[in-house]
Amino acid sequence: MNLVVCIKQVPAVSELPWDPQSGTLKRNLAEGMMNPACRHALEAALRLKEIHGGYITAISMGPPAAAEILHEALALGADKAVLLSDPKLAGGDTLATSYTLGRAIYKLCPDFDLVLCGCHTSDSETAQVGPQLCVELDIPGVANVEHLQVRGRTLIMRRLADNFLETLEMDLPGLVTVTTKQYLPRYASLGGLNEAFQSSEVRTLTAADLDLDGDKVGVAGSATRIRAVYAPQAAKENVVLKGAVKDIVEELFNRFGDRIAGAIGKDLNGRQ
Amino acid sequence: MAASKDKQSQRSIWVFGDYRNYFQNRVTLQLLSRATDLAGRIGARVCATVFGHEVDEYVGEYIAHGAHTVYVVDDSRIKDYNVDTYASLMVWLIRQHNPEIVLVGATTFGREFAPKVAKLLATGLTADCVGLDIDEEGLLVQTAPAFGGNLLAEIVTPARRPQMATVRPGVYREIPHNYHATGEVLRLSLPQDLPRPRVRLVSAERQVQREQRLEEARIVVCGGRGMGSLKRFRNLAELARLMGGEVGATRPVVYANWAGQDALVGQAGRHIKPQVLLAFGISGAIQHTAAITGADFIIAVNKNPGATMMKLADVAVVADANQTCLALIKELKKHLRG
Repeated sequence: MNLVVCIKQVPAVSELPWDPQSGTLKRNLAEGMMNPACRHALEAALRLKEIHGGYITAISMGPPAAAEILHEALALGADKAVLLSDPKLAGGDTLATSYTLGRAIYKLCPDFDLVLCGCHTSDSETAQVGPQLCVELDIPGVANVEHLQVRGRTLIMRRLADNFLETLEMDLPGLVTVTTKQYLPRYASLGGLNEAFQSSEVRTLTAADLDLDGDKVGVAGSATRIRAVYAPQAAKENVVLKGAVKDIVEELFNRFGDRIAGAIGKDLNGRQ
Repeated sequence: MAASKDKQSQRSIWVFGDYRNYFQNRVTLQLLSRATDLAGRIGARVCATVFGHEVDEYVGEYIAHGAHTVYVVDDSRIKDYNVDTYASLMVWLIRQHNPEIVLVGATTFGREFAPKVAKLLATGLTADCVGLDIDEEGLLVQTAPAFGGNLLAEIVTPARRPQMATVRPGVYREIPHNYHATGEVLRLSLPQDLPRPRVRLVSAERQVQREQRLEEARIVVCGGRGMGSLKRFRNLAELARLMGGEVGATRPVVYANWAGQDALVGQAGRHIKPQVLLAFGISGAIQHTAAITGADFIIAVNKNPGATMMKLADVAVVADANQTCLALIKELKKHLRG
């Protein structure tokens, strides 16, 4: 099978290097990692390759540092890795990103059978690139897939959607986005990683290499604009209560009893 | 027909009728409520769509909850809830009527459907919004979480139309059902050239799970490793029962088997949006906090005042989690008596 996996580098942080003073994200301090759902998508591709044989192309879009996750993809078993990196591509929304990835896929592997993406990224969390990429490629696609099975030219998929366990099928070529519920990712050995970083090759392509329409990529090609970014918790009062547990609980009810009662839907004045 | 021609030239805000799981999932009604508020500010009409087969009950419901006009495509050939078919219909209607704004509930379906519609129309879409507003220029300001809810972004679609957003369920309150409301119902036949769906539904089984209970709960009592033991963790269930809420758990708690996988609140588990969240002994790892961004009011209890969860809370109680839970149970019993 000719498999394409789209992966993204996201900040690897358990606590964001967020600067409350300036109100910006110190992205340069954040170490990068492969987005968790993308890792599951790669794992799904690796397992399909184990069963059916084939070739895996990993594609990422991002700054030059994103080559790191592509080296890792190679160490895990991808056959080819391509980074789309160009200042012109920066700042694109999902409309621009799906166009860019779609063009790259057509250019690099026009005979693909299946494109796999993670169901969402841990940074922007839109979950929109996968579904928009299948419109761009004009192929059938299914989001949030938990299990994949190939039978001839048909892909059979299982997923949970809004309380329904669905079994779906489509003819290939197609696209799936993979959840983090199944396809527990393998990890590359340290030796394998070292080797991949030293010997493996990640090809870097620019907007010009891909003959992209400049009006459709990056900020210029984006329909949306980010007006402001802020930390929601800054708006919170963050009342701190301490002391004896009994006193705390009493104060909690005195000050926030209405709030709690509102949620419970009962009057809390039955106190004697 | 002349009347509807006039209406066509008037601005409109559309809400996609996502009626599957109608009784648990009120997001369409919540969006009709918000659309009504926003429409008043830009002088627009509120329109809803209903696609499917034998769907008249929803048409009436949407009018009773604020829709002025409902576009209905009712046909046995589109009885399956199919993303591509419904997206084609939506694009077909949007191209005819050019709404200013299109809102879609951020259900699993909506979050796959809306990106396809937006892409086909080459317009902007903001995912999983937790706030919608109109600015002084009349633009829709869409507030969406990023980085696991640690950041909020305000996003606009300045030039392209419609302005589209998926909106998280539970953010807005529905307008009470109004039996006297009247609206226009436009029944359309299935377009001849509607593409055949390329994704086929083999089967769909309704899952009877607690997931909606946790996700729809107005109160969630959530516990982390700081509860100390299974025995103590069980006290949270008593507190939740008294409050009519549900119990959630963090990943270490699920790994320790104090709670089942279905109680997991986190990126790999349930996303919750209660009116009140009580967080006991939870440090606040991002994979957990990412899933509680919809909580209106957070009370965190932890011995460590420096825990991330305590910083995120509206009220941070510096105390032993289990002792506080027991004291709350005692106090609530007093309050709820009589």
